Amino acid sequence: MSEARSSSGAVNRPLSPHLQIYRPLINMVMSILHRITGAALYFGSLLLAWWLTAAAVGPQYFAFVNGIFSSLPGKIVLFGFTWALLHHMMGGIRHFIWDTCHGLDIASVKFLSMISGVVSVAATVAIWTAVYLAR
Amino acid sequence: MNMRTPLKNARRLGSAKEGADHFWMQRVTAVANLFLGLYLVWLVASLAGADYATVKEALGGPVNAILLLLLIVSATMHMRLGMQVIVEDYVTGEGAKIVCLLANNFFAILVAAASVWAILKLSFGS
Repeated sequence: MSEARSSSGAVNRPLSPHLQIYRPLINMVMSILHRITGAALYFGSLLLAWWLTAAAVGPQYFAFVNGIFSSLPGKIVLFGFTWALLHHMMGGIRHFIWDTCHGLDIASVKFLSMISGVVSVAATVAIWTAVYLAR
Repeated sequence: MNMRTPLKNARRLGSAKEGADHFWMQRVTAVANLFLGLYLVWLVASLAGADYATVKEALGGPVNAILLLLLIVSATMHMRLGMQVIVEDYVTGEGAKIVCLLANNFFAILVAAASVWAILKLSFGS
């Protein structure tokens, strides 16, 4: 009996169910977002390095970089950066709790996942509102 | 021709005795990042819209400079470990994996070096 083969010649064996099979659950969504925000912060670290080096280089270059950051697209990126940082932080706290073997029952997992998402969004909005009100 | 006994070949190929280091350093730097990250948010928020002289003065001050240096070291270590896991999970080709892991190390160290240079110049430079 001949087996089905893909274009590359590999045997097409059945695969275990993957992401698209499952209904999104809150803990699964938060787990995926934890990795995505982590990767975003990885590249976002360039923004911090850029800002710091601009301040070190001199007033003219700093004004140029500050101009980019305070433009509308710049602000949107920084808003996203703030949320990614806080979301990853909340996910980290959740993992600290799980590391101590607490909160591993389904109700707690759901609650911790939901609350970390709510807090990250609320804190991001609160920080940006506070900065705007203070100026 | 291999003159070694099978036992001699197998010796020293076992556990490198640092299996938990990756996990543990990820947690250690995570604890540090929790506090230093909140501090960074506060620092940047307090400097939003400030002029160059104020920013330069603030970033070069002893407390901010030391905390920023700690944040840079801890954050770049943490992100290097995290990206290593992502690469190991998704990059399946052995050659591509080695290239990605090398690039990950170089990127994290580059970000750290540039940021540390900036803080030192703001602290000690004219």
